[in-house]
Amino acid sequence: MASTQPAPDGTVPVATELLIRFRRLLGDDGVLAAEDELIVYECDGYVVEKKAPDVVLFPTTTEQVSEIVRTCNEFDVPFVPRGAGTSLAGGCLPVGGGVMISLTRMKSILEVNLQDRYAVVQPGLVNLHLTRHLAGTGFHYAPDPSSQGACTIGGNVATNSGGPHTLKYGVTVNHVLGLEVVMPDGQVVEFGGVAEGLAGYDLVGLFVGSEGTFGICTQVTVRLTRDPDAYRTLLGIFETVGDATQAISQIIAAGIVPAALEMMDQGIIEAVEAAYGFGFPLDAAAVVLIEVDGLEVAVDDEAERIIRLCQEQGAREVRRAETEQQRALLWKCRKQAFGAIGRLSPSYCTQDGVVPRTKLPEILEFITDAGERHGVRIVNVFHAGDGNIHPILLFDERDEEQIARVFRASDEILGKCIDLGGSVTGEHGIGVEKLEFMERLFTEDDLDVMASVRMAFNPRGSCSPGKMLPTAGACGMEHIERSHPGKQAAS
Amino acid sequence: MSGTTPETSATPGGFVSSVGQGIDYGRFLDCVHCGLCTSACPTYLQTGNENDSPRGRIYLMRGVVDGRVGLTPAVRRHLDLCLDCRSCETACPSGVQYGRLIEPFRVDMQKAEKPGWFQRLVLYGLFPFPRRLRFALAPARLMQRLGLDRVSEWAGLPRLLPGPLGRMYRLLPRLGPQRPALPQLLPATGERRARVGLFTGCVGEAMFSETNHATARVLQANGCEVVVPRTQGCCGAIHYHSGSDAPAVAMATKNAEAFPDDLDAIIVNVAGCGSMLKDYRHMGEETSGVGQDAVEVLGEFSDRVKDISEFLAELGLRPPTGKVPWRATYHDACHLVHAQGVRQAPRELLEQVPGLELFPLPESDICCGAAGSYNLTEPEMADDLVSRKVAHIESTGADVVVTGNAGCSLQLQAALRKRSRPIRVVHPVEVLDLSYRGVAGSSPFDE
Ligand SMILES: Cc1cc2nc3c(=O)[nH]c(=O)nc-3n(C[C@H](O)[C@H](O)[C@H](O)COP(=O)(O)OP(=O)(O)OC[C@H]3O[C@@H](n4cnc5c(N)ncnc54)[C@H](O)[C@@H]3O)c2cc1C
Ligand code: SF4
Ligand code: SF4
Repeated sequence: MASTQPAPDGTVPVATELLIRFRRLLGDDGVLAAEDELIVYECDGYVVEKKAPDVVLFPTTTEQVSEIVRTCNEFDVPFVPRGAGTSLAGGCLPVGGGVMISLTRMKSILEVNLQDRYAVVQPGLVNLHLTRHLAGTGFHYAPDPSSQGACTIGGNVATNSGGPHTLKYGVTVNHVLGLEVVMPDGQVVEFGGVAEGLAGYDLVGLFVGSEGTFGICTQVTVRLTRDPDAYRTLLGIFETVGDATQAISQIIAAGIVPAALEMMDQGIIEAVEAAYGFGFPLDAAAVVLIEVDGLEVAVDDEAERIIRLCQEQGAREVRRAETEQQRALLWKCRKQAFGAIGRLSPSYCTQDGVVPRTKLPEILEFITDAGERHGVRIVNVFHAGDGNIHPILLFDERDEEQIARVFRASDEILGKCIDLGGSVTGEHGIGVEKLEFMERLFTEDDLDVMASVRMAFNPRGSCSPGKMLPTAGACGMEHIERSHPGKQAAS
Repeated sequence: MSGTTPETSATPGGFVSSVGQGIDYGRFLDCVHCGLCTSACPTYLQTGNENDSPRGRIYLMRGVVDGRVGLTPAVRRHLDLCLDCRSCETACPSGVQYGRLIEPFRVDMQKAEKPGWFQRLVLYGLFPFPRRLRFALAPARLMQRLGLDRVSEWAGLPRLLPGPLGRMYRLLPRLGPQRPALPQLLPATGERRARVGLFTGCVGEAMFSETNHATARVLQANGCEVVVPRTQGCCGAIHYHSGSDAPAVAMATKNAEAFPDDLDAIIVNVAGCGSMLKDYRHMGEETSGVGQDAVEVLGEFSDRVKDISEFLAELGLRPPTGKVPWRATYHDACHLVHAQGVRQAPRELLEQVPGLELFPLPESDICCGAAGSYNLTEPEMADDLVSRKVAHIESTGADVVVTGNAGCSLQLQAALRKRSRPIRVVHPVEVLDLSYRGVAGSSPFDE
C-alpha cells in the first residue's frame, strides 16, 4: 500500500487510489505511508505483538475523520484510532493492517464553563494539559491515570481509565457528560450533552470503555471537579504485607474514603528509593501512600483516625508529607514507580488484575506463592483502595525458560483473580493482550450479548478489528499469535 | 508460543549502516516504550507525529542499528529535527539517557557527510573564537548604535543575506557597548566565602559581555573571589553536537587546563555551555582515542562546574536589598532544566529580589526553539516553537522574561522585537546585580 506507483499493467492499484484520496483530504503532511515512517506505529506501550499499519493519517477536524472512515469503508479496509499510544494492552495494534487514525492533532480545548462545571475538548488533548489549563480556576479533571502526562482524553474515554484518585472520584465514565462520535459507518453522532441525567439510553456509558470498537470519539464534554480545600498525605510503613492490607481494609471499614490508597512492597521500595531517594526504609515489607482530601476542618481529623488505625495494625511508623514538595515527591515515587524497575531487572511484565478489596491479602499471598513455585521474582505496586493489583514479574528476556515460567505465573495469578470474583484488567483494558481471558471471564451468553451490541455499532467489524471480543476478528484476524511478554511498561 | 525475543523476531530489513553501531545497545533496551515522554517533546507537541517524538526517534535509531530501516532522508529528517533539549530525559521514568543515544548517533550521521559552507565558515570558524566573533559583530554593533539596523531591516537588507546568515543577523540581540575584558582576578566583597573560576564562553563573551560583568559582580557581592583565566576558550558544544568530536575534546582539554586546581567551583552563566562543561567526562569516554588519564582530567573539571544560579542557591544569597519593581516571568532553558536538572534554584533566587513579581509561565520548560544552532539549521520548526513560547509569555502579562541561557535570550529577543508591546529579556544574574547595586528603573525599559 505504501507505493504510489501504477502497477506494471498500467492500472492504478486500489491502495494508490486510496492514498491519493487521503492526500487530497489531508494534504501530504497529514499522511504517512512510507515504510520507514510507519514502523514507529507498529506497537504502543504493549510491545509483545507488532504490526505496522499501511497508512497513518492525521486529521484535524471531525469532518475529516468522518470522510476517512467513509473512504475506508468504500475501499473495505480496516481502521483503528490511536491517541498517545500508551495502551498497555495493544489497543492500538492495527490487526490485519489498514489505516491508523492518529488523533494527536485534534487537541484543542474548545470551551471551559466553570459555572456549569464542564469543559469541551478534542480527543487528542493530553490529560495533564487539561488539568494544567485549569490551574488556578479551583477546578480540575479528576481521572488521573499514572500515564496522565502523555495519554489523551480520547484514549482515556476508550479505555475508561482510572488512576490513584479514582478511589474517591470514580473512573473516566463518571466524568464524561457527552461525546461526539464518528460511527464506524462515518456518521457523526452526539451522545449525552452538557447536562446530567439526560433521557434515553446511556450511550455515553456504553461508549466509554469500548476500546475503539464502537467508533472514533472526536469531541468530549468532561465534568470538572472542584479542587479540594485541603489534603493530607500520609505514608504508613509496615513490617508485613498482611499488616498493610489489613490496615487498608480497616480504613475503608471505618467509613473513611481516602482520595487515594496506594501500596508498594519491598521490591518496589528498593527500586524507587534507588531512583528518587525519598528516604523510604529499605527493610520495611510494605508502605501505603494514603491521601485524604476535603474541608480543612475535616482532613486533620481523618488523618488522625487513619494514623491510629495504621498503628493498631502494627504500623512501624506513619509519616506525614509536611510540605508541598514532599507531597509531590511522594506522588512522583508512586506514579513513576514502574520506571524504576529497570533498576531491578532487564525485563519485566506487569499484570493488571482486580479482586474485591477484602481478598487483597489472599491474592497477595497467592502471588508470593506463585512467584516461589515458578521461581519468578514478583514485586507489587497497586491501587489498594479499589483492589486493582499490578504484580510486576521480573525476568530476563534472553532466557526462554524463564519466560515460560513468567507466563505460567501470570496466567495463574489472573486465573486466581477471576476465581476470587475479580477480573483480569482493572484499567489497562482487554486490547489484544487479554483476549483469551474473555471466555474465562464471561459466559457464552454474556459474550453473545456483547457481540450483538458491537454488531449494532460496528456491523462490518472494520473499526478496530481483533479487539475486546474473542470473536471480533474481521478479515483474516484469526488468533493473534502471542510471542511472550517483552520488557514492558506498567502503571 | 514462539521462542524468539521481540528484539530479534522482527525480520531485519537488511539495511546496512555503520551509523550508531558504537552505541551501547543496552541504552536502547532501557526504553520500555511506555510513551510517557512523548508530550514532553516540543517537536511532537508541534507535529503530533510519533516519528518526531523521543520514543519514535529511539525506535528509528534502533531500527537503523538493527538494519530494519535505512538511514533514509525521512529518517534523517526526523532525527535532525530533534532539538537535543532533553525534555524527554526529565519525563522518562525509566531513566533512558536519550542524549547518550542521539549525540553519538548524530556524530556518526555527520561523519557520513561533509559539513556545508555555513557550518565550516560560521559555526566552526567564527563561534568558537570570541575575538573573531567580536570583530565580526563590530559592524552590526555600529549599525545598531547608529540606528541604522532599523533602516536596513526596513530596507529588507538582512533578507538579502544568504539564508542562515540572514537569520543570524535577525537573531542579533541589542548589543550593549563592548565591555573591556574582565580582569583575571576579582576580590571578594566582605568575608571570603569561596574562590571560584568564571567561564566566559565565546558567543557569551562577545554578545553578552554585560552578563559576564554582572555575574562577576554578583559573585563578588556574595563573598566570592573570582578567577577569570585568559587561556579558556569555547566549550566545544557546537563542534561536538555537529559531529566533530575530536576537536571538541581538544577544546575541552584546553579549558580543563586553564582553570587552577584550587577553585571551589567553576561558574558558568550560559546553560548551553554549562551542560557541555558538565558533560566533558562522558564526551571523553565516548570519543575514540582519548586515554583514561585524559578522561580523568576532564571528569575532575566537570565535577566542579556549577551554573551560577545553582551555585548561588547552594551558597545562600546575601540578601539583595535594591528594589526591582518589575513584572517578570521565568523561562526554563532546556540546557539548564533538562540537561542540568536546575529548576528551583533560579526561581528561589528571584523570589528574594525585593519588588520583583514573578508570574508562572505556561509550558515554561518546553524549548523555545533556540537549542544551540538549531534556529539556524531548522528555521521552520524554530519559528513555530518560538511563536508558541511568545504567546505563552504574552499570556502572563509580564514585561520581562528571565532566562539563564544565551541561546534562548537571542531567540526570544529576536521574536519579541517584532511585537508591539515591548518585553525585555534578562539573565537572572542581571536582576540580582541590579538589586545589589540598587539601580533598577521603575520599569525594565527605564535604564
Ligand atoms: C506508564 C503507564 C501507566 C499507566 N497507568 C494507567 C493508569 O493508572 N490507569 C489507566 O487506566 N491506564 C493506565 N495506563 C494505560 C493507558 O495509559 C491508558 O489506557 C490511556 O487511557 C491510553 O490513552 P492513549 O491516549 O495513550 O490511548 P492509546 O494507547 O492511543 O489508545 C488506547 C485505546 O483507545 C483507542 N482510542 C484512542 N483514541 C481514541 C478515540 N479518540 N476514539 C476511540 N478510541 C480511541 C485505541 O484504539 C486503543 O484501543 C498506563 C500506561 C502506561 C504506559
Ligand atoms: S524514552 Fe522513557 S518515557 Fe519514552 S518511551 Fe522510552 S521508556 Fe518511556
Ligand atoms: S531531546 Fe527534545 S526534541 Fe529531542 S526527542 Fe527529546 S524532547 Fe524531543
